[in-house]
Amino acid sequence: MAELESFRAEIRAWLEENCPAEMRKPVRGDEDVCWGGRNCEFQSEAQKKWLERCAAKGYTVPDWPKPYGGAGLSTAETKIFREEMAAIKARSPLNSFGIWMLGPALLKFGTEEQKVHYLNQIARGEIRWCQGYSEPGSGSDLVSLQTFGEDKGDHWVVNGSKIWTSYANKADWIFCLVRTNKEDKYRGISFLLFDMTSPGVSTKPILLISGASPFCETFFDNVEVPKAQIVGELNRGWDVAKFLLGHEREMISGMGGDGGIASLGALYKDVLEHDALLRAEMALFDVESLAYRAHGERFMDEWKSGRAHPAYSNLMKYVGTELNKRRHELVMAAGGTEALEWESQRTNEGGKPRAWLRTKANSIEGGTSEVMLNVVSKRILEMPGG
Amino acid sequence: MPLYHTEDQAMLKDSVAPFLADNAPVKHLRTLRDSKDATGFSRDLWKQFAEMGLNGILIPEAEGGLGLGHVEAGIVLEEIGRNLTPSPFLTTAVAAVEALKGGSAALRGAWFPKIVSGDAVIALAIDEGRKHRPEAIAMKAERAGNGFKLDGAKTFVLNGHVADMVLVAARTGGSAGETAGLTLFAVPRDAAGVSVTTDLMVDSSLASRLSFDGVQVDADAVVGEVDAGWAVLSRLLNAGRIGSAAETLGVGTGAMDMTFDYLKQRKQFGKVIGEFQALQHRAAHLYAEMETARSAVLKAQQLLDAGADNAELMVSVAKAKAGLATNLSVREGVQMHGGIGMTDEYDIGLYMKRDRALAEFMGDVNFHADRVAKLNGY
Repeated sequence: MAELESFRAEIRAWLEENCPAEMRKPVRGDEDVCWGGRNCEFQSEAQKKWLERCAAKGYTVPDWPKPYGGAGLSTAETKIFREEMAAIKARSPLNSFGIWMLGPALLKFGTEEQKVHYLNQIARGEIRWCQGYSEPGSGSDLVSLQTFGEDKGDHWVVNGSKIWTSYANKADWIFCLVRTNKEDKYRGISFLLFDMTSPGVSTKPILLISGASPFCETFFDNVEVPKAQIVGELNRGWDVAKFLLGHEREMISGMGGDGGIASLGALYKDVLEHDALLRAEMALFDVESLAYRAHGERFMDEWKSGRAHPAYSNLMKYVGTELNKRRHELVMAAGGTEALEWESQRTNEGGKPRAWLRTKANSIEGGTSEVMLNVVSKRILEMPGG
Repeated sequence: MPLYHTEDQAMLKDSVAPFLADNAPVKHLRTLRDSKDATGFSRDLWKQFAEMGLNGILIPEAEGGLGLGHVEAGIVLEEIGRNLTPSPFLTTAVAAVEALKGGSAALRGAWFPKIVSGDAVIALAIDEGRKHRPEAIAMKAERAGNGFKLDGAKTFVLNGHVADMVLVAARTGGSAGETAGLTLFAVPRDAAGVSVTTDLMVDSSLASRLSFDGVQVDADAVVGEVDAGWAVLSRLLNAGRIGSAAETLGVGTGAMDMTFDYLKQRKQFGKVIGEFQALQHRAAHLYAEMETARSAVLKAQQLLDAGADNAELMVSVAKAKAGLATNLSVREGVQMHGGIGMTDEYDIGLYMKRDRALAEFMGDVNFHADRVAKLNGY
């Protein structure tokens, strides 16, 4: 325990010295988030410094091993690191599908060479990744995917299309599920990595109800992918995909997090004084939100120490996303007509309605709530039937 | 500290769970109920609790107890809840003990040994109306002789008819609605002027209405400080609330497990009904709710044990969330059992009754959600 306390002191001192004041202010919107990548445009000098300083210490991925760009922290140390980050309200130095999704999959399934190469790039924020999973005809039924990689000896030629590819138009590389055997549904998929600037790759952003276009359609027209860029075994990409989905669901469940706001109701005191029913709803929401905060903590503690059921992230994803939708319904109700404004400066260009609409995707992306309930029912509760 | 049970805590659960399942399963409650047992719980079982050391779970080691915390007390209570075991454990070994910890050495010396040995039952006389509103306490305690004279009435006093001592919250100053001016008294139940009428409740528990007619107590009957009894009362309430949240969690989990077993056995339309997605989704949702409640309860227990500033807030979150989830569990339980869920023969209905009674103990969901709002400043 004494060692952990001295570690805490060390982290606290390092953060105090290295986290710029500007990086301790709440994130206002996507423009404040650093996603890294080849074409990264830092919003400020502070944002750039913060990423560089963290990357140099391995703090963008504190629990990854040092040879792969991490800081090699233990589970307990990582928890302390996150607590100290939260204590000074430090922004995340780097948001990255590479960190949240691909990284854990590479750590488990990658070759040593792949780990050293890709993980270090991810840790330093040099390459921005996107995820090629869903297809127009394969949403919840993901395993029916059709994008095909034809074997050409030392490479595959990939043809097909993906949809809902988050930030495909801004990403440098894609991790992509590709059918390499048409005879076997589950054991006919491979997990490939390739450069989005490869000839034959094109993207088209999709305009959403929120007015934003975070998702794209992505097309592959005779894209050549070298054989070395497969993760795991040929035709066993579904194992990698499922493992990664577990992490994706863990990540999305974090969206149900309260961003450090312990009470939503406290933000709308003036409105609630005149609306007893909304106050009651807020009070019940605050109960749920604080309970979920504890639940997230317990889940992480159990997950990191190998105590959690392997399918548990599905449960977290379900609860977290449904809670987040409820949160934004309440924000809209409390915001009244002001929360209807779509472009005004004073509302940060319709921040509330756009965020509210964005949350509707939470319970669809990465597996719908209905699919999550199926998984919880079958894998955790062991309910009978196919 | 990680938010899961330590090895020691897991071991405690491993010894308490089979003990209660063997010695006080739901059948035990049925036996007491069907024989119209006047005590309402088994004194033999209470003695067995004592032999296992459980009654002193929250009493410091130096005073003869185990010196453990709310996490451990909660482990016992969850099993009590799961088995619907009638027991004075929550009122005596948890809530009363926490209050007495804030009391004089004389009071602790008088009661802790008897609690530890299973020779004393303590009841809590807090509520005065049909809903839990401790700030609204109006019962009077006036200075008289070398002590106080108590006048007024209390309701929903569990085990009030058999208690050796009753912790009574009364007003020595201030007026109803204020937390200042309250004082907590340790009153022998057989004190002159105390009268007791007892009602059988929906869950087959026995709750008393106590009337105090000029009951004279000495000054050393005061637990904590005169007029500043809110401090010890808060200790008592926090312990009682998180304890009942843990018991509620046990009720909800027991009902849920029973229901899931049933879904895996019952056949209709040529299938086990657990194969139907309509039921699978509801089952999964219920499980998620119970799991969230479990986390909230454990977090609140840990915060209380650590003496954290925000413990009270989390206690209310836990009591509210455990109440919501367990209420869902018993309602879904009866519905999913179908017709037999309505029969007295099946246990699921007993869980529904117990949940209803526990909900009212020390504040229901609305009370605690309102408290969360107030503690958050709105």
